[in-house]
Amino acid sequence: MSNSIIEVENLTKRFGTFKAVDSISLEVKQGEIFGFLGANGAGKTTAMKMLSGLLSPTSGKAMVAGFDVFKQQNQIKKSIGYMSQRFSLYDDLTIKENIRFYGGIYGLKRKQWKEKGERLIKRLGLDEVEGKLLKDLPLGWKQKLAFSIAILHDPKIVFLDEPTGGVDPITRRQFWEMIYEAAHDGITVFVTTHYMDEAEYCDRISMMVDGRVEAYDTPEGLKKKYGVKTMNEVFIKVARP
Amino acid sequence: MKRLTSLIRKEFYHIFRDKRTLLILFGMPVVQILLFGYAITNEIKDAHIAILDQSNDEVSRRLTDKLVASGYFLPDGQAESIGDVEQLFKEGRIKMAVVVEPDFADKLQHEGGASVQLLADATDPNMANTLVNYATAIIQNFQLELNQPGQPPILVGAEVRLQYNPSLKGVFLFVPGLITILLMLVSAMMTSISIAREKETGTMEVLLASPMNPGQVIIAKVVPYFSLAFLDAVVVLLLGRYVFGVPIMGSVPLLLAEIMLFIIMALSLGILISTVAQTQQTALLLSLMGLMLPTILLSGFIFPIENMPLPLQIISHIIPARWFIVIEKAIMLKGVGIAYFWKETLILIGFTVFFIGVSIKKFNVRLG
Repeated sequence: MSNSIIEVENLTKRFGTFKAVDSISLEVKQGEIFGFLGANGAGKTTAMKMLSGLLSPTSGKAMVAGFDVFKQQNQIKKSIGYMSQRFSLYDDLTIKENIRFYGGIYGLKRKQWKEKGERLIKRLGLDEVEGKLLKDLPLGWKQKLAFSIAILHDPKIVFLDEPTGGVDPITRRQFWEMIYEAAHDGITVFVTTHYMDEAEYCDRISMMVDGRVEAYDTPEGLKKKYGVKTMNEVFIKVARP
Repeated sequence: MKRLTSLIRKEFYHIFRDKRTLLILFGMPVVQILLFGYAITNEIKDAHIAILDQSNDEVSRRLTDKLVASGYFLPDGQAESIGDVEQLFKEGRIKMAVVVEPDFADKLQHEGGASVQLLADATDPNMANTLVNYATAIIQNFQLELNQPGQPPILVGAEVRLQYNPSLKGVFLFVPGLITILLMLVSAMMTSISIAREKETGTMEVLLASPMNPGQVIIAKVVPYFSLAFLDAVVVLLLGRYVFGVPIMGSVPLLLAEIMLFIIMALSLGILISTVAQTQQTALLLSLMGLMLPTILLSGFIFPIENMPLPLQIISHIIPARWFIVIEKAIMLKGVGIAYFWKETLILIGFTVFFIGVSIKKFNVRLG
């Protein structure tokens, strides 16, 4: 367990009598791409909110980047990046201002965000539009930018909540290349998605059904276990037994 | 601290890039005060006045000629005594009377000063005020002409008496009322909309996932609106003072401090609304229906509270604006100090504490 960066044991979240997350356990290794799947309302978002320090769990145990989700939410927030399923940058700010803003709230120094920002703009090929308001950019570019900004402060883990919703297949492909790159640089990627082809790109995945983790393995392992060829079939078998 | 500055800077970007917001922030105060001001200001031209010159010497005639020559005033009716003036007022023939005291020239020469009485019909308070202001200005001008360099100064005092409505009830009320509404609008409504927008677009989640704690996020939200609302209040005060002559009789620092208190109250109300509203539209509707309408209708700004039916009078007690308008009027028009409205001030502080308390509670429940 030495190189695991997220350790979850019997984590539960109750809203009144409703168990949104019911005693889940899992472990994510450093630098891996972990797919967190499940139907709508299965408890993915709640689980992710607890792991990212947004929500206090009811019971159980979880360590994220070496910090306790019950007591050290603030340290967790400093060590993670977060990109929500909805567009998470500001439309009425320019690319540069967005970079500066997120650099600012994560406590980067002026020199740091300037350097990183320039590198980022160059890598994404946004040199010519860096002074433009974000709303004038196509959605695909915005999503890529949002991801780059989410890892601007070199987090240990980045949480991506359905990052590719509403994006065309080519951009999705490019987006996943960026995810691979980040993982290659040692950032652990914790990603939820609805696209089962994307699940294939993950190192390991877990599937949630009604607040519980019903399947938890590598994509290959799961396909073998359920005797099917695609993740889509795995999902249908797990979700509708 | 540096992080907080990043947040605050971002809020200013939002405000200055949104034309609608800018229009509300800066266009509205100016337009409203001009509208309110001029809507109840009659044009001053050939206003009917009576002149009672009890001195009737060369200097006093020069003064009355000067008043008439200004074109603002038209002498109407003969007045031989104060009784005649009274009669003319009652008949509604004149709006103002100029009464020159006996031995005007003599007193100016030997006593260094004499006075002119300006009586105005204050049943139309705004009109009365304007007339008196014009006449006073002309008299002051006259005094300047009389004074020769190297000679002892001569004073021509203008003594103003408002007939029928000496406390000027109703007049000047629009400036305190307008400030109240604008502060409510900018602080409560715009803040709640701006917070709701972050929720609607999903950026609030990202902010909360960052190391910024919710308190800092909220503070960063309200700082720009606090400063802009304050600026708005100052603009209205200045316009009121220099365009319409609305005075500030009492302490200006005290007035500004009370304004700040009211802004903080309104901001906490805005935060409370945003804990309930998930979308900008809900926030807008809640603020309009729940805040703006009661503030305009029940605060005593437009309709006097004493004339309302009892149930509405009772409801008006929970309208913060009602108390704030009392404070403003006390400072601006009566010129009294905190001793006269510490109760109202405490009530505003109470509202603020209550709203902040409920907001925190609601917020915690949601994070629960």
